[in-house]
Amino acid sequence: MEVTISTAELLTTDGIPLKQSLRKAERRNKLRAFLLVFPLLLFIIVTFVMPIGDMLLRSVDDSQINSVFPNTFEEYKNWDKGADELPPEEVYKSLFFELANGDKRQIGKALTRMNYAKSGWKSLIKKTTREIKKIVKKGEEPVSYKDTFIKINKFWGDPTYWYSFNQMVNDRSSIYYWNALDRTFDEDGDVVLQDEKRRMYIKTWLRTFKVSVYVTIFCLILGFPVAHLLANLPLRYSNLLMIFVLLPFWTSLLVRTTAWIVMLQQNGVINGILVWLGVISDDGRIQMVYNEAGTLIAMTQILLPFMILPLYSVMRVIPKSHMRAAQNLGAKPAMAFWRVYLPQTIPGISAGGLLVFVLAIGYFITPELVGGKDGKLIGSWIAYHLKTTLNWGLCAALGGILLGIMLIFYWLYNKIVGIDNIKLG
Amino acid sequence: MTICFHAVIQASLQYIMNDTSQSFVKFEKIDKSYDGEVLVVKNLNLDIAKGEFVTMLGPSGSGKTTTLMMLAGFETPTNGEIFLDTKPISKIPPYEREIGMVFQNYALFPHMTVAENLSFPLEVRKISKPDIKEKVQKALDMVELGNFGTRFPAQLSGGQQQRVALARALVFEPRLVLMDEPLGALDKNLREQMQYEIKHIHDRIGITVVYVTHDQSEALTMSNRIAVFNDGVVQQLSTPDILYEKPENSFVAKFIGENNTLNGVVREVNGSSCTVELDGGFGMVKALKINVNEVGEKTQLSIRPERVSIDKTTSDSNNFSGKIEELIYLGDHIRARLDVCGNKEFIVKVPNEGSFNHKEGDELKLSWNSEDVRALDL
Repeated sequence: MEVTISTAELLTTDGIPLKQSLRKAERRNKLRAFLLVFPLLLFIIVTFVMPIGDMLLRSVDDSQINSVFPNTFEEYKNWDKGADELPPEEVYKSLFFELANGDKRQIGKALTRMNYAKSGWKSLIKKTTREIKKIVKKGEEPVSYKDTFIKINKFWGDPTYWYSFNQMVNDRSSIYYWNALDRTFDEDGDVVLQDEKRRMYIKTWLRTFKVSVYVTIFCLILGFPVAHLLANLPLRYSNLLMIFVLLPFWTSLLVRTTAWIVMLQQNGVINGILVWLGVISDDGRIQMVYNEAGTLIAMTQILLPFMILPLYSVMRVIPKSHMRAAQNLGAKPAMAFWRVYLPQTIPGISAGGLLVFVLAIGYFITPELVGGKDGKLIGSWIAYHLKTTLNWGLCAALGGILLGIMLIFYWLYNKIVGIDNIKLG
Repeated sequence: MTICFHAVIQASLQYIMNDTSQSFVKFEKIDKSYDGEVLVVKNLNLDIAKGEFVTMLGPSGSGKTTTLMMLAGFETPTNGEIFLDTKPISKIPPYEREIGMVFQNYALFPHMTVAENLSFPLEVRKISKPDIKEKVQKALDMVELGNFGTRFPAQLSGGQQQRVALARALVFEPRLVLMDEPLGALDKNLREQMQYEIKHIHDRIGITVVYVTHDQSEALTMSNRIAVFNDGVVQQLSTPDILYEKPENSFVAKFIGENNTLNGVVREVNGSSCTVELDGGFGMVKALKINVNEVGEKTQLSIRPERVSIDKTTSDSNNFSGKIEELIYLGDHIRARLDVCGNKEFIVKVPNEGSFNHKEGDELKLSWNSEDVRALDL
């Protein structure tokens, strides 16, 4: 039989183009599907996409101070730093009027920002504003605004203060990101390291990485045999074991963390038992909490289920006959495990590893409580700036870097293992 | 069921003769229990000659797979010893036994390509790369999958996976190949085709095969000898034709092929034959004395459907009549279900020669030779 293949558009029996007809028929279904997911979509946009977007914008936003001192910054840009030591008269004049007439609350906010660029700005401006207001009240008009400023405070003759304006004159600024990496701008606008005593973020970033990597490795080492046992025990034993795995999972994070303090502290359970057994002397009690060790122990225990569960779900479906087949083909048990069993658990290992690592890198409560001074992770700094210093720009930059790291890891993971290989359950 | 009896008898004779002289695999007084209370395998004694194709046939839970697993080394016998090539193997771990195995669900490694699956047993034996390549290609060609080396198992059909499993079990030239219901997951047509292929491969390379199945037609098609398992005991070990035509007990008679039964009591014993009075006063039947000993014993008579004649009389006085309960037209023959001597499930196969014109409800005259009736245990 010959088949004629028509290149013309396919039509339905009624003569309407087939594709158009199909679209019409499917429209209702598509609309229904969309309406079903719409609430969730809205929820995600409002509670997830918008806040994150807002925070990311905040991390580069520098517009507030520009709205307080618009003329000053405009004039400042005309200053030829090579020719004159100090800014021209117009800069002082603009600042004079903007301080005299500006909104007090807005200036206050701007001062906080200025203090990030150079400490000392706050008190200098506050004092100066008081004096300027007095001058304005008297109705005098200064002959030289520059001299008036320097008369009020000699720091106005110090160019380093003026240099720090450099990093504030644009609406957008990368200063927070540089701050989050222990860097700042010098007078020429070049990126330089912070003073030695102000460097703390790089150290914390490195510690965060180290702790996350260790916790992931420990979870894998501890979780793999448990998951294997779970997957291979008879059902009634494996159910019981599963409850042991899940029970801590259902307990409050705070309770578990404080329980670790009770266990690990110098007068705690473990030290007590060791002293009682005579393993250590009474004055030789080991410091296991309020340091990095405490953070590692507590986080490993808390994140362990996130490793066990994906591993278990993968191992459960690996047929037992595979190990038998490998041995039957001549491989010793270790070889059979290495060549046949382990490669099949990679989706579980990578899912668990990624999950634990991502959770660990942003962990906050546990390191905060058991970490002490040298066990704190980057999450603690974010919380500190969010609640205590109210430096939300830096806060957002730290969070943005964290997000970036996770995306990089996700991308790397996708390159190496393939994201379709992930299996969470 | 049609079997080429001639060829099978020839083949089986050859193996029976080999059998006594030297056994390649020998099960000696094997008992196996998992819980210390129930014996899964009881006093198993089995000899398998080199090059033989032996099938363990039985219903599920009859101990056949356990026996296979003991041979492969994944289960240890509770009592007794298994000899391979005259050496006891109970202490040898599975990876040193050099026994190939085709698993029920193939157990192909999903993360390896077909070629990698086949190279695996060669790599662990530290065979050189070029040799591996050559052997793998040869094995793939043998199962007609020469171009499929780079595929992953998931990209193959069930039948192709089966062949890969077979090739993998053979590629390292094992002393013995075990197959644990290897065709169970295939559909009927493919299963029959694979039966012939496995049989042809066996004929070609002459390797010893121990095959486990619960499908009797599969066993009859492929095997040199069949061990019928029930309840942990080998009921009968014989060639397919003898198993079908001369079952030694009522389990084998029922399990292999179709079988009509009549119950009765032995009234007279005369050498190798006996006379049985049917229960319900339906008369006397002359039969071969197989699994009964003395007068007065209860017995079950076994007659194959195709050995019952219609509208003929025999000199053995085994002449009865039956009412047609049901007629099923099957093309080459008509299957008639009759009520004979109180058994309403009595089946007769009438060859479709165009002369059969009875209807349901008619009475039929039946007869059979006394050599075709076997008096078995009840």
